[in-house]
Amino acid sequence: MATDTAATTEVSAAEEGVRRRDWIHIAALGTAGVGGASVLFPLISQMAPSQDVLAASTTEVDVGAIQPGQSIKATFRKQPLFVKRLTAEEIAKAKADDGAAMRDPAKLADRTKAGHEDVLVTMGVCTHLGCVPLGAAEGESKGEFGGYFCPCHGSHYDVAGRIRKGPAPLNLKVPEYTFTSDTVIRVG
Amino acid sequence: MTIRLGGIIAGLAITAVLVLWSLLPGAYNYAFGPAPEQQPSYAFYEHGEGPAGGFSFDGAFGKWDYAQLQRGYQVYKEVCAACHSLKFVSFRNLRQLGYTEAEVAAEAATWTIPGIDPTTGDQTTNPGKPTDAFPPVYYSGQGNPPDLSLITKARHDGSNYVYALLTGYGEPDPAKAAKVGFEVPDGLYFNKHFPNVNIAMPQPLSDGQVTYADGTESSVAQMSKDVAAFLTWTAEPSLVERRQTGWFVLGFLLFATTLAFLSYKQIWAGLKPKKK
Amino acid sequence: MSFAWAKQYEPQTALTKWLDEKLPLPRLVYNAVGAGYPVPRNLNYMWNFGVLAGFFLVVQIVTGVVLAMHYAANQTVAFATVEHIMRDVNYGWMLRYAHANGASFFFIVIYLHIFRGFYYSSYKAPREMIWLLGVVIFLLMMATAFMGYVLPWGQMSFWGAQVITGLFSAIPLVGESLQVWLLGGFSPGNAALNRFFSLHFLLPFVIAGVVILHIWALHIPGSSNPTGVEVKQESDTVPFHPYYTAKDGFGLGVVLILFTAMVFFLPNALGHPDNYIEANPLSTPAHIVPEWYFWPFYAILRAFTGDLSIPFTGIVLIPAKLLGVIAMFGSILLWFILPWLDKSPVRSGHYRPMFRKFFWFGLIPCMIALFVCGGAPAEEPYVVISQIATAYYFLHFLVILPIISQIEVPKPLPFSITDAVLGQDKAAEAPRTGSVDGGDTGTAPEGSLQPAE
Repeated sequence: MATDTAATTEVSAAEEGVRRRDWIHIAALGTAGVGGASVLFPLISQMAPSQDVLAASTTEVDVGAIQPGQSIKATFRKQPLFVKRLTAEEIAKAKADDGAAMRDPAKLADRTKAGHEDVLVTMGVCTHLGCVPLGAAEGESKGEFGGYFCPCHGSHYDVAGRIRKGPAPLNLKVPEYTFTSDTVIRVG
Repeated sequence: MTIRLGGIIAGLAITAVLVLWSLLPGAYNYAFGPAPEQQPSYAFYEHGEGPAGGFSFDGAFGKWDYAQLQRGYQVYKEVCAACHSLKFVSFRNLRQLGYTEAEVAAEAATWTIPGIDPTTGDQTTNPGKPTDAFPPVYYSGQGNPPDLSLITKARHDGSNYVYALLTGYGEPDPAKAAKVGFEVPDGLYFNKHFPNVNIAMPQPLSDGQVTYADGTESSVAQMSKDVAAFLTWTAEPSLVERRQTGWFVLGFLLFATTLAFLSYKQIWAGLKPKKK
Repeated sequence: MSFAWAKQYEPQTALTKWLDEKLPLPRLVYNAVGAGYPVPRNLNYMWNFGVLAGFFLVVQIVTGVVLAMHYAANQTVAFATVEHIMRDVNYGWMLRYAHANGASFFFIVIYLHIFRGFYYSSYKAPREMIWLLGVVIFLLMMATAFMGYVLPWGQMSFWGAQVITGLFSAIPLVGESLQVWLLGGFSPGNAALNRFFSLHFLLPFVIAGVVILHIWALHIPGSSNPTGVEVKQESDTVPFHPYYTAKDGFGLGVVLILFTAMVFFLPNALGHPDNYIEANPLSTPAHIVPEWYFWPFYAILRAFTGDLSIPFTGIVLIPAKLLGVIAMFGSILLWFILPWLDKSPVRSGHYRPMFRKFFWFGLIPCMIALFVCGGAPAEEPYVVISQIATAYYFLHFLVILPIISQIEVPKPLPFSITDAVLGQDKAAEAPRTGSVDGGDTGTAPEGSLQPAE
C-alpha cells in the first residue's frame, strides 16, 4: 500500500523500515476487515426468527375428542398440523404395509407413540413442495392409499402418512411431541 | 452585481420586518408589559431525585440486581397492575429476571388473558401462557392510566422520575397554599414531583403493602425503588447487554483507530513539511 | 477532468484488462477515489467530513433497509412493531439505535462539511455546481429525516407531522388544501404514515444519486484546500490513495468511536422522551420540539411573532405565520445564491481578516444562539434572542458578505500550495507575473481558478 507510492516520498527507507511499515498497513487493513465482517453478524442475524416467533413454537392439542377415523387440523409454527385417530382396520392395514416397498420406509410404530398407536401426528405439509395435502377433513380425497393426497403434484400418502406414490421424496414429517396427559399432546 | 444588490435589499427588508414588527414590540412587552401569569401550583413543584445511592444499573458498568427486579415485579403485580397495563412485555421475558421456565409458566398461569372460546366463539379468559403478553387493563375510573412498558423511557430521567413520583405524595404546606391561593382540585392528589403537582393517581404505595418473599422490608421508598428498577427493565430489557457489547465494540475501535493512525502517519511521513 | 500528472490506471492481470475493456469500473474507482485522483497535499481534518457523510449515508441505508424488514407502516401497529424490533428481533435494538443516532451523526458531519465550505468559501467559482448540489442534498436530507421521525408513530412523530405540514397551510389561498393533500387527510393518519414510509425509503437513494453528481462535479475542478490557492503543479498534490484514504480511515475511526459511544451508552440522549408515548391525536405534548438538527431553522420559524401590518390601521399585509415560513425556507434557499453574493476573489478565511471576524464572532455565535433557542420553549428571553440571531443570520449572508467582499483587503496569499506547506517553492523563484500575487490587489489570478489542463 505504501510502497507503490514511493514516487512522491523523499524517504529512502531501509529494507527493515519497509517491512515494518507494511506490517502496520496490513494490520490496519486486517483489523478494518474484521470490523466490517463483524458488522455483518447482526445484519444477517436479524433475519433469523425473532424471539417471539421462537417462543411461540410449542402448540398444545387436545386429542381426546377425535373419533376413530377422524382427523383435525391444528397449527404448529404457523404450519398446518394433522392429528388423526386411526381405526382398528387402518392400524392393521398400516402394519401390514410396514414391509412393503416404499420410497421412505418407516414402520407405523416408529411414527406414533407407544401406548397411543392410534394417534398419528404429522405436519400437514407435503414434502414435495410444501402444499397442504387433502384428506384431513371430511369428504376430501384420501388418495389411492387411504391416507392423504396432495393435489398440487399428485403425491399419495397412506394411512400412516408415508409417501407411496407421486413425486414427494419423504413421508409426512412427524414433529417432536409428547403426551402431557392421556388426551393432550404438546408439539415442539 | 444584480444578485448582490438584490440580496442586500432582501436582507435589509427581512431584517427590518423582523426588528420593527416582531423584535421591538416583543422586547417592549417583555420589558414593560405585564409579567406572565404564573399558576399557583408551580410554587410547589420540586425536582425529584432518585433513590439515595442510585440504582444498580446506573453508570456505564451498571448491572441488573435480579432480586430487586423480582421484588419490583411483585410490586407491579400486586399494586400497579390494578390500573396500569404492561402490553409490550410478555411473560416469557420474565425468564430474564432469573425465573426458571417452569416458574415463568406457573407465574403466567396466575394471570387471566382475554381470549375467544374456539368452540362457541364467545369472549372468554384463559390462564396466561409464557408466550402471552401482559393483559390489557380496563380502567373504569376517571383518568387514563398510561401503559407502563416504556414509562421510564417516556419520561426524562425516567427511573429516577418514577421513584420520585411514588415518594412525592403528601400535603401542600397550608400556610403557603393559603398565601398563593392554591387548592388541590377535586379528584386529584398532591404530588410535589409531578410536573403540575396535581396528579390523578392516588398514592399507590403504603408501608408494608407488599410482603416480599425474600423478607426485604417493604417501606414506600424500598417498594418505589424496586418498581422503578423493574420498569427500567421493562422499558429497556437489553440495557446491560447493550453496554457490555458497547465496551467490546469501543475497545475494538480504539485498537483499530490506533492502527489506522499509525498507518496514516507512516504513509505521510515522507511528505511532512520541513518548515524552516 | 483531471490534472495532467494524474496517474493512469494500468490493469495488471488478464482479468482486470478484460474488465477494463468491457466495463471500466476499476478505472472509474481508481480515478475517483484512488491513486488516479490528485488532491491538494495540504487538506486539514475539516476535509474529512465529505467521506464521513458518505459513510453515514451508507449506514442509514443499510440499517434502514433491514429495519424496514420488521416495521409496518400502519397506525395501529407502527409503534408496536418498533417495540417488536427493540425487544424480539435479533440485535434489533442495535440496528434501531444505530439508525436513530446515525441520522444525528449524518447531520453532525454534514453541518461540519457545510461550515467548512462557509469558512473556506468552497462554494466559489469554479466549484459553484458542487455547492448547489450539496444544498440539494441537504434539503433532501431534511425531508428524509423529518419523514423518518414520523415512522415510530410516537407523540413527537405525530405532532411533528402535524406541525411541519401545518407550515404549508401558511401559504395564501392554497395552503389549507395543500396541507390536507400532503397528509391525505385532515390530520396525520394511515395515509400520511404510509406515504412518509414510502418516501423515506425512496429519498435516500435519490440522495445517493445526487451524491454521485456532487462527487462528479468535484472531480472537474478538483478539491479546494485551506489556502484557497488553486493547484498549479504536481508538487501541490498527492494521490488520493493512499494519502487521503489513510487519513479518512483514521478520521472514520475517531467518528465511529463517538458514534458507538452514543449508540451503546446514550442511545436516547438525542431523542425526545415523548416519542416513547404512542401517538395520541387528542393530546399534544407540553413542549413540541423537532429533532436537534432542525433547531436553528425552527428558531427562525418562531422568530416572527408579529404580523406585518400597516401601523395604526390594523391592515395585515403578511401574517406572522407566513413570514416565519418564508424566512425558514429562505434561510436555506439563500445558500443557492451564496456563490454570487460573496464575490471576494480570495477563498480561504485565513487570508480574509474581516470575513474571518464576522465568521467567528458573528455567524458561529448566531448559529449557536439559534440552536439553543430552537430547542427552548417559546418564552422570553429565548424569543428576543432568536429574533436578534435571525436578523444577524440574514444580514450576514445577504448584506455583510457582499459588502465585505468589496471593501476587504486580504492578506498576501502564498504563491502555491507547495509554498504554503514547505515554506518554499522552486517555481516561485522564477519571475512572478503580476497576477500571481493576489495579496496586494485583492484579486486572485484568473489562471489560478482553472485546473491545469
